[in-house]
Amino acid sequence: MSNKVHLEEVNIHFGKTHAVRDVSMSFPENSVTAIIGPSGCGKSTLLRSMNRMHDLVPSARVTGKILVDNGDIYGRGVDPVSIRRRVGMVFQKPNPFPAMSIYDNVVAGYKLNGRLPREEANEIVESCLKRVALWDEVKDRLKTNAMTLSGGQQQRLCIARTIAVKPEVILMDEPASALDPISTLKIEELIEELKTRYTIIIVTHNMQQAARVSDYTAFLYMGDLVECGETKKIFTTPEQKRTEDYITGRFG
Amino acid sequence: MLTDSTGAQHSRQRDLASETALRGTPETENILQTVTKREKEQAKGMKGDLVFRYLTTCFAFSILAILALMLYEMTGESMPSIRAFGWKFVSSSDWDAVQGVFGALPYLYGSVVSSVLALLLATPLSIGAALFITEIAPARWGTIIAPLVELLAAIPSVIYGLWGVLVMAPWLQSTVQPFLIEHFGFIPLFQGAPYGVSMLAAIFILMIMVVPIITSITREVLLAVPLSQKEAAIALGATRWETIKMAILPYGKSGILGAAILGLGRAIGETMAVTMVIGNAPNISLSLLSPAYTMPSVIANEFAETTSKLHGSALMEIGLILMVVTLIVNGLARLLIWSVSKSANGGAA
Repeated sequence: MSNKVHLEEVNIHFGKTHAVRDVSMSFPENSVTAIIGPSGCGKSTLLRSMNRMHDLVPSARVTGKILVDNGDIYGRGVDPVSIRRRVGMVFQKPNPFPAMSIYDNVVAGYKLNGRLPREEANEIVESCLKRVALWDEVKDRLKTNAMTLSGGQQQRLCIARTIAVKPEVILMDEPASALDPISTLKIEELIEELKTRYTIIIVTHNMQQAARVSDYTAFLYMGDLVECGETKKIFTTPEQKRTEDYITGRFG
Repeated sequence: MLTDSTGAQHSRQRDLASETALRGTPETENILQTVTKREKEQAKGMKGDLVFRYLTTCFAFSILAILALMLYEMTGESMPSIRAFGWKFVSSSDWDAVQGVFGALPYLYGSVVSSVLALLLATPLSIGAALFITEIAPARWGTIIAPLVELLAAIPSVIYGLWGVLVMAPWLQSTVQPFLIEHFGFIPLFQGAPYGVSMLAAIFILMIMVVPIITSITREVLLAVPLSQKEAAIALGATRWETIKMAILPYGKSGILGAAILGLGRAIGETMAVTMVIGNAPNISLSLLSPAYTMPSVIANEFAETTSKLHGSALMEIGLILMVVTLIVNGLARLLIWSVSKSANGGAA
C-alpha cells in the first residue's frame, strides 16, 4: 500500500510555544490512522497542519515537509484553497451552516466550483447522504433547516458535506467526542465504510475508539511522536514504555 | 471492650471542653462579644442590602416612569391638534400658522425619504468597513480602526451640520448637482436648479453620521460569528470572500439588519445637522436637488414662535409621531441584534 500523506521533520510553533517537534511519519492510502495522546500533546495541531488550517493563525509557523501524493503542500506557490479541497476536515463539534437547509449544506462546498445544475446537485445530495447513512432519515425533509437534526445527524451531515467536495484525504478531529454512544457507533461504522475510498486520519482521545476503527496508530506525547505502527501492535506489544503506560491508563 | 472505653474517654473529654467554654473565661467572653458584634454588623449589612435594593429598584423604575409620563404628556398636549385634524394631519400638506391649519405630510415625507435613502447608501459602506476590520485587516489594524470609527459617532451633530452647510453644500452646488443635472437630468430625481442646501445634502450628511453606528454594531455582530463556522467554510476549500459569503454574512444576517435599523432610528431623529443643510422648505418634490423639511427640523425651527395653542399642539403631535416611530424602530433593531448574540451564545454552549 502506498503512502498518501508523508510528514518529514514537521515542527509547529505558536509564537514561542513549540507545539509539535520533529514529527516524521507516513499515512498509507485507503486506511485509517489514529493519532492518540493526552490533551495538549499536539495531536490536533498536527492534524490541522495537514490541510493548512494554521494559515488562519498569524502566530503559527509550520516547518518541515508535508507531502500529499509526494507534493509538498507548504511548497512555494501552492494555493492553500486547492489543498483544502483535496484534504477535507471534520471537526469536533458538528458545525453545519445554520442558515442553510440540509440540502444546501451538502452541496455548500461543491457549489464553490461554479454553477451547479439542479440534476447534478440532486445526485450529489442523494449519493453523499446515502454514503453517510443519513438519506433514509432525512430524504423527506431535505429543505428543512440543518439545525433541526440531532447532534449525531449533524455530524454525519458535516461528513457528507466534506465528501461532496470529493477529497482524497479526510482529517477528523475527535469527530465523535461531542456525541452520545449510539451516534458514536454510527460514526465509527461510517469511518470503516469510508476508508475504502479515502485516506482517513483521525485524532481521538478515546483509546478504545482508536483500537476499534484504525489500522495504524501514532502516539504523540508533549509534541513528540513517541511511536507509530500497526494498531494491533501498538495496543498489544508497544516498543516504548511510555506508549504502554498510556494505553494501559497509567497516565494521561 | 477496648473501643468502648476509648469512646467513653473521648466523650468525657468533649464534655470537659464544653464546660470550660461555658464557664466563661475572659477570652471566651471576648470571643462571644466579637461574635455578637459581627452578627450585629451583619444584620446592619443586610439592612443596607435591602435599602440598596429598594433604591436601585426605584431608580430603574423611574426611567420607565419617565418614558410613560412623556408618552402620556405628549399625547395629552397633542389632543387639540388630533381632535382638530384627525388623519388629515398626516395626509395634508397645508401648514399655515396664520390660518391655523396644520398638515404634516411634507415633514413626514422629508424625514422618511432622507433617512431611508441615507440608510441605503450607508449600509453597504458600513458592512464593507466592518468586514474589513474583522476579517481582512491584520488584527492590529482592526484594533486601531475600530475605536476610531466609534469616535466618529461621538462627534456632536452640530459639527457635522456646520461642515455640511459651509463646505459640503457649496461643493454640491458648484460641482455635484450641476453634474447630476447635466448627465442624469432625464431622471426626475435629478431635475431642477442646484441650490446646494437640499434633500441630497441631508442624505449625504445623514449617511456620514450613521455609518459609524452601523459599522461598529455590524463589527460586533461579525465578531460573534463562531470560529467553527469560518473553519467549516475554509475546510471546504472556500476562499476568504467565499467564507464571508457562505458562513459569516448568513450567520450575522439578522444582526446586520438590526444594525441598519438602529441607524435608521438615528437618522430619523437627527435634528441639528439636517436642519442646517436640508433648506427647510416644506416641499414634496421628487427631485433630490430641491430643499425639503423634516419632522425634527420643523419642531426645532418653530417651537420658539408658536402663534397659537393649536400650533404648539401640532408641533407636539409631530413630536409624538416621531417618538413612537423611533421607539418602534429601535425596539425592532434591538430584537434583531439580540437574536444573533443569543444564538451565538447558544452555539458556544
